[in-house]
Amino acid sequence: MKRYDAIVIGAGHNGLTNAAYLAKAGLDVLVVEKNDYIGGAAVSRELHEGWVYSSCSYVCSMMRQSLHRDLDLSRHGLMLVPYLGTVNFDDHGNTLVSYHGEAAAYNELKRHSRHDADAMFRLQADLGRYAQVIRKTLLRTPPDPTSFRIRDIQELLFLAKQFGALGQKELYEYIRFFTLSAADFLDDYFETDIVKATMASAGIIGTALGVYSPGSSYILLHHVMGDIDGSIGAWGLARGGMGAISNALASACKSYGGEIRTNAGVDQIIVKGGRAVGVALSSGEEISANIVVSNLDARRTFTKIMDRDDLPPGIFEKAENFKIRGSSGKVNIALSGLPKFTNVPDNPYANRGGQAFTGSMETMERAYDCWKRGTWSDDPFIESVIPSAWDPTVAPPGQHWMSNFIQYCPAELADGPWTPEKRDQFGQTVVNKIERYSPGFKDLIVHMEVRTPFEIEQEVGLTEGNIFQGELTIDQLLFNRPFPGYAQYRMPVKNMYMCGSSTHPGGGVSSACGANAAREILMDLRRPNTVPEDDCYDD
Amino acid sequence: MAHYDTIIIGAGHNSLVCANYLALKKKNVLVVEAAEVCGGLGARHEFHDGFHASVAHQASHFPQKIIRDLRLAEHGLSLSGDHKACIGLNRDGDHVILQGNKVSGVPDNEVDAYKRYHRLMKRYADMLAPFWLKTVPPIGNNSLPEMMAFAELGLRIRLLGKEDMREFFRMITLPVYDLMDEYFSHPLLKSLLGWDALIGTKQAPRSPNNSVLQLLYRMAGDSHVTLDVPTLIDALQRAAVSRGVDIRTNSRVCDIVVEQNSETVKATGVRLESGEVVTAEQVVSSADPKMTFLKLLGAEHLEIEFTNRITRIRDDGLVSKLHLALNDQPSFSGLSSPAGRLFIAPNLEMIECAFDHAKYGESPVDPVMEITIPTLENPGLAPEGQHVLSAHVMYTPRKHKSEWDESARAELTTKIIDAIEVYAPGIRSLIVGQELLTPVDLESRFNTSGGHWHHGDFALDQLLMMRPTHGAAQYSTPISGLYLCGAGTHPAGDITGMPGHNAAREILS
Amino acid sequence: MIVTMTNADFSTEKPRPSHFQPRLDERNIHDAWSSWNGYKLAEYYFEAEYEYFCIRNTCGTYDICPMQKYLISGPDAEKMLNRMVTRDVTKMRNNRVSYVLWCTDEGRLIDDGTIFRLADDSFLLTCGSPSTAWLKKSSLGFDNVTINDRSDELAALSLQGPTSCAVLKRMGLKGIEQAKPFTIHHFDFFGDSLMVSRTGFTGGLGYELWIKAELALELWDAVYEAGADYGIHPFGEQATNMARLEAGFIMPGYEFNEALKTVHFEHDQTPFELNLDWMVDFKKPHFNGRAALLEESRRGPRYTLTKLDIEGNKPAEGAFIYDSQDCSRHIGYVTSGMWSPVVKANIALAMIETPYLKGELWAEINYEKELRHYSKIARCSVKEEPFWAPDYAKVTPPRDY
Repeated sequence: MKRYDAIVIGAGHNGLTNAAYLAKAGLDVLVVEKNDYIGGAAVSRELHEGWVYSSCSYVCSMMRQSLHRDLDLSRHGLMLVPYLGTVNFDDHGNTLVSYHGEAAAYNELKRHSRHDADAMFRLQADLGRYAQVIRKTLLRTPPDPTSFRIRDIQELLFLAKQFGALGQKELYEYIRFFTLSAADFLDDYFETDIVKATMASAGIIGTALGVYSPGSSYILLHHVMGDIDGSIGAWGLARGGMGAISNALASACKSYGGEIRTNAGVDQIIVKGGRAVGVALSSGEEISANIVVSNLDARRTFTKIMDRDDLPPGIFEKAENFKIRGSSGKVNIALSGLPKFTNVPDNPYANRGGQAFTGSMETMERAYDCWKRGTWSDDPFIESVIPSAWDPTVAPPGQHWMSNFIQYCPAELADGPWTPEKRDQFGQTVVNKIERYSPGFKDLIVHMEVRTPFEIEQEVGLTEGNIFQGELTIDQLLFNRPFPGYAQYRMPVKNMYMCGSSTHPGGGVSSACGANAAREILMDLRRPNTVPEDDCYDD
Repeated sequence: MAHYDTIIIGAGHNSLVCANYLALKKKNVLVVEAAEVCGGLGARHEFHDGFHASVAHQASHFPQKIIRDLRLAEHGLSLSGDHKACIGLNRDGDHVILQGNKVSGVPDNEVDAYKRYHRLMKRYADMLAPFWLKTVPPIGNNSLPEMMAFAELGLRIRLLGKEDMREFFRMITLPVYDLMDEYFSHPLLKSLLGWDALIGTKQAPRSPNNSVLQLLYRMAGDSHVTLDVPTLIDALQRAAVSRGVDIRTNSRVCDIVVEQNSETVKATGVRLESGEVVTAEQVVSSADPKMTFLKLLGAEHLEIEFTNRITRIRDDGLVSKLHLALNDQPSFSGLSSPAGRLFIAPNLEMIECAFDHAKYGESPVDPVMEITIPTLENPGLAPEGQHVLSAHVMYTPRKHKSEWDESARAELTTKIIDAIEVYAPGIRSLIVGQELLTPVDLESRFNTSGGHWHHGDFALDQLLMMRPTHGAAQYSTPISGLYLCGAGTHPAGDITGMPGHNAAREILS
Repeated sequence: MIVTMTNADFSTEKPRPSHFQPRLDERNIHDAWSSWNGYKLAEYYFEAEYEYFCIRNTCGTYDICPMQKYLISGPDAEKMLNRMVTRDVTKMRNNRVSYVLWCTDEGRLIDDGTIFRLADDSFLLTCGSPSTAWLKKSSLGFDNVTINDRSDELAALSLQGPTSCAVLKRMGLKGIEQAKPFTIHHFDFFGDSLMVSRTGFTGGLGYELWIKAELALELWDAVYEAGADYGIHPFGEQATNMARLEAGFIMPGYEFNEALKTVHFEHDQTPFELNLDWMVDFKKPHFNGRAALLEESRRGPRYTLTKLDIEGNKPAEGAFIYDSQDCSRHIGYVTSGMWSPVVKANIALAMIETPYLKGELWAEINYEKELRHYSKIARCSVKEEPFWAPDYAKVTPPRDY
């Protein structure tokens, strides 16, 4: 039977990136995927005839351009298009459009507050500064602070140098920023709730924290540190849906000789003599390999597809304690026309980007309170995008598809498990809220697909449907991700690695986790490193 | 005109500690206090005819070093006693009791888990303990002595060993909810152990980043003795007076007097409410940073961003104090004696829920609280045979939607007594007098901005070299000759005397 | 774009019109617009050099409606401003104007502007960028001060050039010729008060006219009617930039990067680096950034903004400065540079590492000639005085025409 150099479990974007780099380095690589399609949560699927849904992730800003360039993803069909301004809606019918042009952006903010319009310049500079430091770490392996190895010390010094370059005052500000809540952080800049809420919403997307929870300002940064073509904070759409990213990565992987098998779910990572030697598929088939790389989240990897006895003591418990909380839902809607929103100027710059139904700081926090009690809010935070306004490939001409991301949606309800009825009620809550801001919206609905954390976990495999493969709190960041001592992509079983978002630098369609893991694997195999360590954009 | 080496503003416990240390070095020290008596939040007051209480309950981690250095035993501080029992009250009388390092009232596996938990936490607390008595140097400064302080901390962390060191870096920012979940399953035990990670600061069990450090701070006690606060104040005051410190009560400071020279602005004394100016080489303030910099000093002498950071110190108090005058000893179901710290917080979710209301300026529907009956140890606080019940109640926001009008107060008082009555049936009939102190009252009565006991939340961005803010975190301030010695400086609040101790060292150097 | 719009509403994307917009639209024959603080602003109306010569030869007007204008008043106003800026505000008399700078705690320049002292407890602060947030921070701890942003409610027109005084006299502003530099005067105008200050940004004779927005067009018409015989012409951003460079004035985005908008460490500037030592008064009461600036004044600035006269005629914009003709050591860069039409010299402002100021300075200038690109090394000499500072700018009364 064929023995592969490496098997990568899970054909999500990080798994495919990892496999592409291993294949590029000449390894004989197989990617196994449980579904009959690839992409994991970066996927485009025609779930209603004529409409292509990016059914899970829907926009992209963290994709490392050096990887895009290095793997020649454009040749493999990928194009990322930045999309313009998002409209925020508050509880009282007011709107705030995030324009791209400086004059328009300034005047729009000034409608709400002269003070806040001015303060936004400073916030952008400060976030830009914070983002630049953290961005430099994305394509690097976190150092182990307990280690005396030269490489770890070098990496620690690299980190120290980046932070030192901020200057003393900004270093203090950075420490403050890292630990604050989004609300406390933004209170230092803004006076008006709609401006705060607009900025704070990035602090809660995908996380089991509220805008008032310490630590949410880092989540905010995590969402604005990406860029499109060097413009920090810009978000883009993948032409053809998020699946275009996975397809391009898969194509690149195959072009280097990698193999991808779908309908090949892994039941078990086979460990012999303390070494990973292959995988057992749910079909019963066993495939052997020198190296096994898991792109699944840390909880799922260690508690679902590994035997507890194969692990050193304590690892199973760490995996169980790994915080990976379902907090988000998704409603994908096919529309017969472009919805119109009240109090939004009718033009392509204001009405074609996205909609953020933030309400207010309190509305968002109350939605979080509901999540804590195991229910969903009647007035949830929704971030919507209508990619079809930009992308001619995802809906029939004149018709549209709308992606709605909902924070918060619990993985488990206080009153028992999710049922199809409850799921549909949840979907209705979302539609009702949008209808409030877009009368007649419901009449445009052609088809709708509702995903609670339950559906996301069932289909994609993300534990509890957590989009980051694990909370992005300090206890699970950098050298703590996924667990202290295992942050360098090598796992406690020999010849086994992890390459998913459970590892540094965490969630987001960045391909960075997969690339970093490939670098470590190649180093262990004493092969030349072919993975870029820097993004190609100079700040 | 009177001239001193040092004037200390406020006669709280930190001021008195600081004054004692300065007097030990033969400094001529004046302490000025606005109130009639010394002690600040630790002072005893009569809240009902013949019934006395102090806002601060007890000092559980007041360092032995200060007691020894200042020879407080010779000045009347009694060192007898033990760590008070912490009792998590249960409706059915199945209380969880923590006495010293022993836990009872929970299943055996929880007892084992507690041993593991306590071993590790105590290691971390002991590792950090010396740093609470040190000055945290500014970051980004490369002078050797200052680098040494960080190097020492680094070394102590390393000495934990690889495993514990890694775990420390992970655990230090966990929300207490997660920390408890990782070790325990007994709801009452979790809330009992989690309480000290939360009390006094704007954070709930699920809030990340700040609570574990707060817990470790409170576990740093080397005394194993719980001190009665008014007794401690008395001893400190007597010691200070015996060392020649002048203490002037009923002397509110209006301004810190400064002088501008070509180099800088220098503090030269204080102006009292009477108009009298007292001069000194140094002025030390134990008032909270907002009061010190904005009210007593004035923003015109300070930098703008610095002033902004002072203004933005999060010091909205969330804890109210209820004092009840009882005509008999209350009895709690299933408890032979209500001695110790009694907790009404059945689980962490309920604490979280109480916090959720506070976020929106509302009173908690189900208040959670810590209760003591100080008259059990100190019968003199009430007429013979009668008792005082003292409760710290969370979370009662200073910025209340009602601005704490009469009905909001009455409603909160009723809710608190209702909650106590569940565990102490019939207590209502014993009440002969009561006093509710919301954060608004604490602010106006004790001159603490925000009514915050700790002069600012115990949060990572307001701790260590950032307490109260960078530029004033080493006890000296941007104003030459002006120092801070209150709870708004490192290490922080509670009755520890450590800020006063550390400030004295900096002043003397 | 996939969707074509019918009846699209672009109102919120467009820069907002100036209070003079109807008149500006008539005169801006090339529709050459940019924007400033969200307002529409002319790059030029007819041609930059033509407008520049109006400033130097006759007179012209520059629309300064987009400039930020803050009315700061109350018993603590003086104290608050004095703590914010580096010059001593307490020494200003009423109806006087003063050029001021304000810095961060670290002594980095946030912005420059002018303070108009209207009364003991009332000041108008004008500056190029929105400053509401910083003013609010600066007023923390001062209970008796109110800050009122008048930027959108006050129209302002800068009238600059040798004939400007004559124009104002023709307009009927009695006694305007007695106005000294940096003074403020009030005149009745359509039943309201027109404030005139003898100030400007061109280095020549000039005035700035301030009126409530509702009377903006009346003001414009009165000025242009009076100016018809004096060669009046509107000028835009480009001509302004030429005139201010000859006068040696600094401009954000060229000479300095506003500190609060600076991302990289110390990519902003200090007053000493900008050669504005005379603006920092260490004898006045405490002001923001004092400790940091005091230290810098002792240590000496890392860079010094220097006026250069460069050989040849190729503008040195963006050029690197070296310490020798063989370009062995890079010691600075040109921030603004142009051929000066009045002094017939190739002038520039450059940031140069202070220790090298005494030695030779050479600029590497890149230029193109009919699409072929060249580079030349040109010798630079340091100028202490402004490139152009005519005596008539300071004379009172100014020459009549």
